[in-house]
Amino acid sequence: MSRNISIKSSIDWPIVFLYLALVFLGWLNVYGASYDYDQTSIFDFSYRSGKQFIWIICAIGLAGIILLIDSRFFQSFSTLFYILMILLLIVTAVVAPDVKGSRSWLVLGPLSIQPAEFSKFVTALALAKAMSSYGFKLRSFRSYLITGLIIALPALIIIMQKETGSALVYAAFLLVLYREGMPGLIPLIGFCCVVLFIIVIRFSDVPFAGVEAASTGLVIAFILMLLVVLVFLFLYKSDKETLKYLSLGYLTLYALAALIHLTGWISVNFLYVSLFCISASVIYLCVNAIRFRLRHYWLIALFLVGFTGYCYSAEYIFERILEPHQQMRIKVVLGMENDPRGVGYNVNQAKIAIGSGGFFGKGFLNGTQTKLKYVPEQDTDFIFCTVGEEFGFVGSVALLMIYMFFLFRLIRMAERQREPFARIYGYSVVGIFFFHIAINIGMVIGLAPVIGIPLPFFSYGGSSLWSFTFLLFIFLRFDISQTARVH
Amino acid sequence: MINDSFSNRQYVIRIFIAVLLAIFVIQLFNLQLIKDYGEQADSNALLRRTIYAPRGLIYDRNGVLLVYNQPTYDILITMHELRVMAKNKTPLDTLELCKTLSITKVEFDKRIKEVKHRIGYSPRVPQRFITQLSPVEYAVLQEKLHRFPGFTIQSRTLRNYTYPVAGHALGSIGEVSRWMIEKDPYYKQGDYAGVSGFEKSYEVALRGQNGVEILLRDVAGRIQGRYKKGEFDKAAVAGDNLTVTLDIQLQILAEELLQGKKGSVVAIEPSTGEILAMASNPTWNPGLLVGRERSHNYAVLLNDPTKPLLNRATQGTYSPGSTFKPLQGLVCQQEGGITPETLFACNGPSSSPIRCTHHHGSPVNLESAIEQSCNPYFWNAYRETLEKGGYGDRNANFKANYERWRNDIMSFGLGPKFKDSDVPDQVNGSVPSIKTYDKWYGARGWRAITIRSNSIGQGEVQVTPLQLANSVAVIANEGYYITPHLHKCDSMLNHKHVSLIDKKYFPVVKQGMWRVCEFGTGKWYKLDSIPMCGKTGTVDNSHGRPHSLFVGFAPKDNPKIAIAVVIETSGFGATWANPIASVLLEQYLTGTVKRTELVNRLKTSVTDPDVKKY
Repeated sequence: MSRNISIKSSIDWPIVFLYLALVFLGWLNVYGASYDYDQTSIFDFSYRSGKQFIWIICAIGLAGIILLIDSRFFQSFSTLFYILMILLLIVTAVVAPDVKGSRSWLVLGPLSIQPAEFSKFVTALALAKAMSSYGFKLRSFRSYLITGLIIALPALIIIMQKETGSALVYAAFLLVLYREGMPGLIPLIGFCCVVLFIIVIRFSDVPFAGVEAASTGLVIAFILMLLVVLVFLFLYKSDKETLKYLSLGYLTLYALAALIHLTGWISVNFLYVSLFCISASVIYLCVNAIRFRLRHYWLIALFLVGFTGYCYSAEYIFERILEPHQQMRIKVVLGMENDPRGVGYNVNQAKIAIGSGGFFGKGFLNGTQTKLKYVPEQDTDFIFCTVGEEFGFVGSVALLMIYMFFLFRLIRMAERQREPFARIYGYSVVGIFFFHIAINIGMVIGLAPVIGIPLPFFSYGGSSLWSFTFLLFIFLRFDISQTARVH
Repeated sequence: MINDSFSNRQYVIRIFIAVLLAIFVIQLFNLQLIKDYGEQADSNALLRRTIYAPRGLIYDRNGVLLVYNQPTYDILITMHELRVMAKNKTPLDTLELCKTLSITKVEFDKRIKEVKHRIGYSPRVPQRFITQLSPVEYAVLQEKLHRFPGFTIQSRTLRNYTYPVAGHALGSIGEVSRWMIEKDPYYKQGDYAGVSGFEKSYEVALRGQNGVEILLRDVAGRIQGRYKKGEFDKAAVAGDNLTVTLDIQLQILAEELLQGKKGSVVAIEPSTGEILAMASNPTWNPGLLVGRERSHNYAVLLNDPTKPLLNRATQGTYSPGSTFKPLQGLVCQQEGGITPETLFACNGPSSSPIRCTHHHGSPVNLESAIEQSCNPYFWNAYRETLEKGGYGDRNANFKANYERWRNDIMSFGLGPKFKDSDVPDQVNGSVPSIKTYDKWYGARGWRAITIRSNSIGQGEVQVTPLQLANSVAVIANEGYYITPHLHKCDSMLNHKHVSLIDKKYFPVVKQGMWRVCEFGTGKWYKLDSIPMCGKTGTVDNSHGRPHSLFVGFAPKDNPKIAIAVVIETSGFGATWANPIASVLLEQYLTGTVKRTELVNRLKTSVTDPDVKKY
């Protein structure tokens, strides 16, 4: 009795309400997306909306069970869960039948489940456990090795199952590491890597200023790098001189090159100009580093050298390491290829469906594009199309707002945890949900490459709904213990 | 609290989330509010299917149904569905289908290839595969249709005819040409429209307005229902039912009488300009130019050397011969060349410069000249008219007289075709202008004697049978005509054209024409009870026997019907054209023909063995 009362009074009702709202709206949209003109009832179990209804009831039941379990249970057995999970993933990779090229579905009689879905919260628990252990600090090489291993191991096995999309979700744990003290430089470098990669690839075929040998992508990337160096120097207050000389030097050199180019006397290769700027800066920074004994200048010089090499190898990475269909997806997102019949078909149809929704949408069950199955995977990965088509701009933005409230609420809850374990787990939850939402919606509206991962609580499917429910309600359980203790 | 020095990083994370979602909102704004995907979405999902409007029916002047519609069925093919079936390892049973449609596999493949190469071909849009199945063929296919997914049936209508006559006048329906589609965006490839005759003249009224039904089509091309429950569908509006001026019994008789002959008949109600019959032989059964047999039959007709497709009534031009003489008599009176009392001598066949065909009492006045068809009389009358007041300086006086004569003649509807008429496929007749003669003979190189053949209708004047019938209608009306037309409606009655001939000159000419039928060349085929006026014509023809012509009207007072008959290369006007006209007048005026023996003789006699019956 006392436990029930404590759950009632200590549970975070806003998040429960948001969860129920999302699940309910998701169910309506599964009905809308899988609806055909013969279906009469949303509860018809031969249709997906009917099945989703069963998944939802079960999920709520499971959530209730989780709330009844002592939070220490999850904490104590997290390592064991993790080991069992890794074993299950390996077994799955070996025995699972080939379903559309993926070996991730374990078929048990009439039920088929995707262990990869459940490995997310297990990994989150294991990570929380490791990072909250006594004396753990994200400083040493060893600490990074441990966290890296915990995250990468399931991801690698899932890649072996040919579910690259699900494996990418593990990148979401970077958010946790950042919150727990990973130097901000690392995500910044990661961010630079992504931006420079996109620029180099996107403009690799465009000659700069009419010079065939100068790739526009590289020139822009190098100029951006020089600007970043100037920003670094600007933020580093003690030495204004270096900043002054470097910025003046860049300005003079590029202005001169542009002037010569415009007179038409010689057509200037701006790639060489940029490379000259970079090498001159590196030498200058090294000299200053020795002269003034400034460790940061070494790092900035290293940044320049490293990213120059990275930019040159980006094309190599793109063409040699990525597989052709992955290259194609990226090219479609970057607008380099227009392929409405092939890889771009899904996204093109998704854009048509969403775009035709207009401001208020066509109304529930009135979307023609989704009803007539023009968007593939419209009740799973592309479910956001139904929202866009039937509820329009208003409905889509409203859904984004709900997700934002949901994530912000989770962050607030994570921050109020006193135990690092619960906080770290909480941020894992935030990271995983955010990654799913960002990549899924980004993909559907054409801002991210096509990566097949579900939209939390919306996409049809028992495995994903249950796994998200586990993920969320285990965190809720920790939160209840915490709140109860405070009271 | 442990390790909380990084608590501020939650704000970085919050901002990051907010910025990313803001970017999504911007992209949604762009997709949903700025770009317009509505059209693309519609072309994905909506299938506009045409509902063909039933074409208007055609009745004769007495309300007899002449042209109506019969159902026919087109087979449509959706290539995408065949592909899907092949992919699902359940390919189409081609042999079975070929057997059902009674076509060969080779033909089947040929048609598939043809379908794929069509302009605007789309694998998801049903394409016409075989057109115009008969109801019987349709019934056979209908039973098995479920076994051939990808094939659907669209029903349409074909023209059907109560009587196998009036092909030229009614015209036919054919597939629209590229040129027609460009001119009128109403048509789409594969549509049918009137391409000749009445069907062509009244295409817009007869076709009605096709409707459209908007259907929802899923990604596999299957129809999933109506868009918005049919809210935006448009019902087809049936074409107007129209009445033609033809009297179908008269038309049937006319065509029967023309059997075995090359020639044409035009009958007009003088008071209204309504065409009572318009027949041209050789002709065809209009039912032959319908449906799948159309193109085959059309080619046969096109290649027949007797030119059955030519509407001799409106496209044949002939010298009017002696049928021109009543007009000549009127114009010469009007221009003061003669009076009814003027006498000219005739020496029979030894007359000069124009011989007469036979000896008769001499001299003759106008009335007798018409009765006797006296060539010298009309030559003298013509000369008097043109030379009135002498030739003048540089023939100016003569040319002015000629110009007046020409205008008078043209006021009978001769010369250019009737521009305000709905009769299709007319050609121009000809009344030569001064310019033409100047070009031929030099400005002062021609005189009355040069163009003397005009006086007896054997010169350069050329008329169509329609014009000839109309000119007789002017005489019957004593001075005007209503443009001859085929659509029975009040508005056409406003097209009244008054001739340049004073009313007072007509009785004597009418009297002469009555005498032709009482005592002259037409006396053998006069009507028992009804006084009839007429004029035979025998026109020299360099290709063989002369053309046989007859013009006439009846009754003499208050005429109800004017007629022109031309039988090519057959003999005297009195031999063929006159009896045919006489029988037709009797039919129209009394509703029956008592002279059955004559009718049978005319129906069975052949003047041109090359003429075939279609």
